[in-house]
Amino acid sequence: MSIWWLLAGMFVVTYLPRVIPFLIGRELELPRWVRRWLDYFPYAALGALIFPGILRAVPGRPWLSLAAGGVAAGVALLVRNPTAVVLAAIAFLLGIQNLPGLL
Amino acid sequence: MTRPGELSRGLGAGLSVALGYLPVALTFGVLAGQTGLSPAEAAGMSAWVYAGASQFLALRMIAAAASPLQIVLATFILNFRHFLMGASLARKLSARRGIAAALSYWLTDETFVVASIRLASGPEARLSAASFLVLGLMAYASWVGGTLAGALLAQWIPAAVMGSLGIGLYALFIALLVPSIRKSWRFGLVAGASAAIGFAVSRLAPALSEGWILIGATLGASALGTLLPAESEVQP
Repeated sequence: MSIWWLLAGMFVVTYLPRVIPFLIGRELELPRWVRRWLDYFPYAALGALIFPGILRAVPGRPWLSLAAGGVAAGVALLVRNPTAVVLAAIAFLLGIQNLPGLL
Repeated sequence: MTRPGELSRGLGAGLSVALGYLPVALTFGVLAGQTGLSPAEAAGMSAWVYAGASQFLALRMIAAAASPLQIVLATFILNFRHFLMGASLARKLSARRGIAAALSYWLTDETFVVASIRLASGPEARLSAASFLVLGLMAYASWVGGTLAGALLAQWIPAAVMGSLGIGLYALFIALLVPSIRKSWRFGLVAGASAAIGFAVSRLAPALSEGWILIGATLGASALGTLLPAESEVQP
């Protein structure tokens, strides 16, 4: 039963940081530089989420992972649909990792 | 005010996140089973905690017989970054306070970047509650369902397939970044600086939790962005 108490504790400390900005600060008049700072957060988060984590996307194969990231970037230049980009990167890895065994 | 276009954009965005989550959730379900959690407990953790990185961390700590208090503290530190993301997104969300508070449950790294960049971008852009709810519920269903499937079907999932699916979330992030850079070089510069900061810090201080690294890189690179010439003519 104690695992459920652990989950309850984890729920509280996970939900609090999520909800507090939506409860307070939505009506605050922020200075312009703070608003610009906040507006850059999504792009900064993207950068840190992609690298260096992507090197471990295929366990033990950093260069193959980077190549798959390159495929994703190439497809993203052609189509705007993120789902298509995700599928293309997965298809690239499935192909390159499984085709040599099939041939 | 909900228009059909907002719902379909939410569906499209939700599909991409759901697809990216599925392999990670399957992996979590498999690992949870190996750590001794029942399928109900594994799915319960995904449903209640709903924070990928801290769930994997909790499994490692449970395996290492850490105390529940230590696990809860580590979870808080790792998930504090959502406070920053919420602060950025809260101003864009069009919803009454109670609804906004409920919707914040589905705020994750992925729903934050997708909602900010695909569903609402730019200082004046608004995020409709309906589109964020659709995005959030699809991502959540994939995370909880994938966890349950992973815990129940562990022995039937081929390792070669799992090894190919792990790229999904990174491909999603790249799919968001590339059009942003085409819109303005500033976004590429900020993202690149953030990646460089994150990489340098993870090398210099390997013991630092990934939560702190993400917080430091996001705050630092965004601050750098505010020093760039103002984007008067660009709609970010």
